Amino acid sequence: MITMGVDVGSTSSKAVILRDGKEILAKAAVPMGTGTPGPGQALELALTQAGLTRDQIDCLVATGYGRLTFPGADHQVSEVTCHGRGIHFLLPEARTVIDIGGQDAKALQISDKGKLLNFVMNDKCAAGTGRFLDVMAKVLGIPVEGLGDLSAQSEQPVSISNVCTVFAESEVISHLAAGAKLSDIAAGIHTSVARRVAALALRIGVEGQVAMSGGVALNQGVVRAMAAELKRPILVHEDAQLAGALGAALLAAERAR
Amino acid sequence: MEEKTTQAAPEAAPKKPKKPLPKSRIMVGEQLAKLYQDTIDAKARGEKIGWSASIFPQEIAEALGLYIVYPENQAAGLAARHQSDDLLAHAEAAGYNMDICSYARTSLAYMDTLTAESNNMPKPDFVLCCNNICNQLTKWFENLAHQFQVPMFLIDTVYNYDPCASDAKVKYVRAQIDDLIHGLEEISGKKMDYDKLTEVMRISQRNKDLWREANELLAVKPAPLAGFDLFNYMSCMVCNRGKASTTAVLEQLIAEIKENIAEGKSTFPVEEEYRVFWEGIACWPYLGHTFKTLKKYGINMVATGYVNAWGLEYEPGDLDGLARAYIDLPNNNNNLETVVGRRIEAHKKFQVDGTIYHVNRSCKVMDCQQYETQRRISEATGIPFTSFDGDQADFRAYSEAQYETRIQGLVEVMEQRKKEREGGKD
Ligand code: SF4
Repeated sequence: MITMGVDVGSTSSKAVILRDGKEILAKAAVPMGTGTPGPGQALELALTQAGLTRDQIDCLVATGYGRLTFPGADHQVSEVTCHGRGIHFLLPEARTVIDIGGQDAKALQISDKGKLLNFVMNDKCAAGTGRFLDVMAKVLGIPVEGLGDLSAQSEQPVSISNVCTVFAESEVISHLAAGAKLSDIAAGIHTSVARRVAALALRIGVEGQVAMSGGVALNQGVVRAMAAELKRPILVHEDAQLAGALGAALLAAERAR
Repeated sequence: MEEKTTQAAPEAAPKKPKKPLPKSRIMVGEQLAKLYQDTIDAKARGEKIGWSASIFPQEIAEALGLYIVYPENQAAGLAARHQSDDLLAHAEAAGYNMDICSYARTSLAYMDTLTAESNNMPKPDFVLCCNNICNQLTKWFENLAHQFQVPMFLIDTVYNYDPCASDAKVKYVRAQIDDLIHGLEEISGKKMDYDKLTEVMRISQRNKDLWREANELLAVKPAPLAGFDLFNYMSCMVCNRGKASTTAVLEQLIAEIKENIAEGKSTFPVEEEYRVFWEGIACWPYLGHTFKTLKKYGINMVATGYVNAWGLEYEPGDLDGLARAYIDLPNNNNNLETVVGRRIEAHKKFQVDGTIYHVNRSCKVMDCQQYETQRRISEATGIPFTSFDGDQADFRAYSEAQYETRIQGLVEVMEQRKKEREGGKD
């Protein structure tokens, strides 16, 4: 049985193909989200990698912000459930999952079988989302992937107190004008994101091991800041970015059975 | 829980004929239209008319035979019909910040224009304000009074830190009610007939009981009504709760609900897979989207704290009791313990599977306790919840996609719990 999960995010698209709900045959990530050719490209890339065609996929589940408009899916499942499933597959010991997406952030509690027990999501605000990091990286004039390494060199992180993205942007600009080091500003940005999202996790109650999911999990700066905020280690799998798509492919396997 | 992929309808599929409205719905629509028209006519005859806050002791003006209209109802109606967008822009251009309640902004713009696409109200001769739901209302009504150069009657109720109103507070509010009676007598040139007042209070109590009964019939499982339907009857309680016509509407509604129960029918158009409690005001500009999304997942909203906000209890003729009732509101004027206790009771009574919290940008007083309310209610009942951002009357503060993701997430948790309850496995 071959199944596929496609995670149509707001800023990127991911696809995973599974055999029998166990073995990953292909994985693809494209930095373009819903409303762009990104989702289609992710799908094609994964199919090519696995040497398969669409008709050979027994069940395809779409998830993510653009799941309802993605053509050709057999089912759609919210990213809340998919991230929980995906992380459970990658890191079975995790019971709390923190996912920072392009335009939202969420904290989930999952069972020992990866089932969703509870969740909370951010309120309307870009603070604490991937978008916030994108905007700040732009102000610093560096690619967003570079933020993590940069912040690792920080000695005296600055404080970014505004949660409004526009205000925080001017705060960063004034730090730059005052001659603060880029690394210290990057560290301040990560702490700001981590604080917002850690508050979500604390609201739902942090249980057992904590894992981060989604593309932002690959930013070591955010992970370090999150660990500091929650005062515990954070598990990150190298495929964290694919967790949503992987969860969708796992659910597709359940459907196909 | 997953969403089933919808099949495209065959091209020539005939349009489903619209279901005729139940008699009670027609009655409530006519009743509200009549109130607006009667007030316009009274003004034209030279009578004094007033604008009032929604939970003001209406009994007094009603007993004096004065015509009163309600800016909150006006704003909600305009928002539901997408007719307030220009008014909101007007208010902001006039200097009212977007952070101010959208009912207030709609109303303060209307104060300038005195023209809307519907729900038109004539210029008031007095305004009636009671701050038992929030203090912003006071400033809003002060502005109305100032701009129109008319008197404002304020009933200041003082927030309830204790479980129920103290005698001192009752005395304080009672004195204001006496003052109100004299003030309105003076303005209108009419004399209060205390027998008439007792009669209005009796009718109001009857209406309150009927409203509660109608609401409580939704505790039947599956519910005989789509809970969102009750939003359509709220004008009965907001604008007409001292009138015999409301008794007729609610008796008709209850008869219809009971008929549904007897026949095993419901106005909820799909199978009721989940029952939820809705916290906060409806998101009027997106009433359709919020409802349809719930319907898509088989979720019926069977209870809400808001619909019950008019559960004012007193003995007819007892003006101290009247004062106490307006202090001891079910919602905004009460401390966290009291509100949470009432909510927990309702969650059990209505057998809900989940709670949906509307984080309403406008209504700070309803939002400020919400995190703690969520925590306590979910802890006490074990019932999962989700929250979404929106606004009662400002169309710019809601995202359809974000709402749906949260609802779908909640469904997945509710489904999981249901499976555990039913089969003991996951
Ligand atoms: S802020 Fe809330 S309670 Fe006050 S008038 Fe607006 S909606 Fe009503």
